[in-house]
Amino acid sequence: MVDLKVKIHDLEFKNPITLASGTCGFAREMADFFDPSIVGGFFLKGSTLKNRDGNAYPRMAETPAGMLNAVGLQNKGIDYFIENIYPEIKDYDTQLIINVNGSTVEDYIALTERVNELDKIRGIELNISCPNVKEGGMAFGVSCPGAEMVTREVRKVYDKTLIVKLSPNVTDISEIAKAVERQGADAVSLVNTFLGMAIDAETRKPKLSTITGGLSGPAIKPIALRMVWQVANAVKIPVIGMGGIMNAADAIEFMLAGASVVQIGTAVFKDPLLAVQIIKELEEYMDRHNIQNVNDLVGGLQM
Amino acid sequence: MTKKFVANFVVVENKPLNATNFLIKVKSDSTLPPIFPGQFVNVEINDSKEIFLRRPFSIFEVDQKENTLSMIVKILGRGSKKLTEIEPGNQVSLVYPLGKSFTYPSSTDKVLLIGGGSGVAPMLFLAKEAGLDKTQVDVLLGARTKEDHIDVEHYSKYAQLHYATEDGSKGEKGFVTQHSVFTSGLRKYDKIYACGPDGMMRAIAKVAKAEDVFCEVSLENLMACGFGVCLCCIEPTQKGNLCVCTDGPVFNIKDLKW
Repeated sequence: MVDLKVKIHDLEFKNPITLASGTCGFAREMADFFDPSIVGGFFLKGSTLKNRDGNAYPRMAETPAGMLNAVGLQNKGIDYFIENIYPEIKDYDTQLIINVNGSTVEDYIALTERVNELDKIRGIELNISCPNVKEGGMAFGVSCPGAEMVTREVRKVYDKTLIVKLSPNVTDISEIAKAVERQGADAVSLVNTFLGMAIDAETRKPKLSTITGGLSGPAIKPIALRMVWQVANAVKIPVIGMGGIMNAADAIEFMLAGASVVQIGTAVFKDPLLAVQIIKELEEYMDRHNIQNVNDLVGGLQM
Repeated sequence: MTKKFVANFVVVENKPLNATNFLIKVKSDSTLPPIFPGQFVNVEINDSKEIFLRRPFSIFEVDQKENTLSMIVKILGRGSKKLTEIEPGNQVSLVYPLGKSFTYPSSTDKVLLIGGGSGVAPMLFLAKEAGLDKTQVDVLLGARTKEDHIDVEHYSKYAQLHYATEDGSKGEKGFVTQHSVFTSGLRKYDKIYACGPDGMMRAIAKVAKAEDVFCEVSLENLMACGFGVCLCCIEPTQKGNLCVCTDGPVFNIKDLKW
């Protein structure tokens, strides 16, 4: 029996396979397909202080080996989550991490304080990398001072595990990672989507209502993998890796590049059971390679 | 919570119904869960090069004894085209059953079901499943020409079938909203259901609203996941932006902002 347990700060994951924010709803949607206690955790849909309607339709465009989205953080706000969703999911035997978003630092702080009241949410993923909102979001995540400032202020009010989700739409992602590490982040997760665009040549119109959107799916995997490797070599805190993972081999590649935990994202749209399958195949891989502890895979790239 | 499945089915039939529509019937090796008219399947297209996402199709017929279900696939783009090229015997992966069904009529209701193009699929499924006498069920089918109509005569045992074509080559000439069944007044119906092109459903909804008749329509916004996590297929409604995949695809027109 192989040991799949991993730890990120105070968060214990029964295995390193988790689902990415924005691709697994509030976990209960996935419970229609599988027992949520099988996976390491769920990074819940991005939440904001108040209700957000998100962007206008169309919000999605299929692209080669991936898709663009411009959802724009549609959610009913943290109060709705606490009253209506949290009671339903809080007893899932897995890690539930809230993805936290704001337009201002005050928003991030207020939201974090609300989340702090929830016993079963032992970590937050600070989203400073959403490309689909006009204010805040990625604006904080694309500069070192912005990323440092929001991380520092949230750290002051939050003692549980603080994960900062990084944008790949920067010149040097490891500089941003080092900046948030300096301000007390317990881990970084990367990458969010790449800013992209699609045009319908027949109508000459953009395919998204917002013109640009975030690219995800296997199309981005090699770039995401490179970034995870760079960041893992630049910081001492754990790295949570994601970007186009479609199978167990992809997940293992991210771990070898330095990710302690991985998130399955867009592939869930294609196969809602994928995370369950990857856990099984990860165990088989470890058996085959005679690896007892999954932590031995992390950063195990041989050069 | 409604259990949903990801499962491989074997294609047992794939036949053209006319120039752009195909009937694809697939079979499972295990028992199917309950499936209701208005629900859909999200089908994986076996082409990894260009087609990344699944394609949603409304369920047309279900045979719980044979563990088969069928869908009418209209060629709209590369994905649907590729699917219509699949040979019987091949496997296809389905995520199902997805979405909410139409509200079933009560036993004394008189209903009108209006289908346009491949939108006939859930209308005929509902006509069959509603459990009403055929005198209570009017099905009005619209298409551009006679050739665009799918042969569904065998449904005449469940409903009274009426046809409209834009060129008058089958049934009455004009749109479904110009057909005598529609123009003779909707008040005689307890419930109206529609599935088809957006323009057709909006035109129907306008009249149904004016005459204050219960009316449900089935929407087909672009979607990625089909089970309520990507939030891409949203429809602005009186209750805010709702997911067509999980809050629909069936909506009461009163809830829409049409």
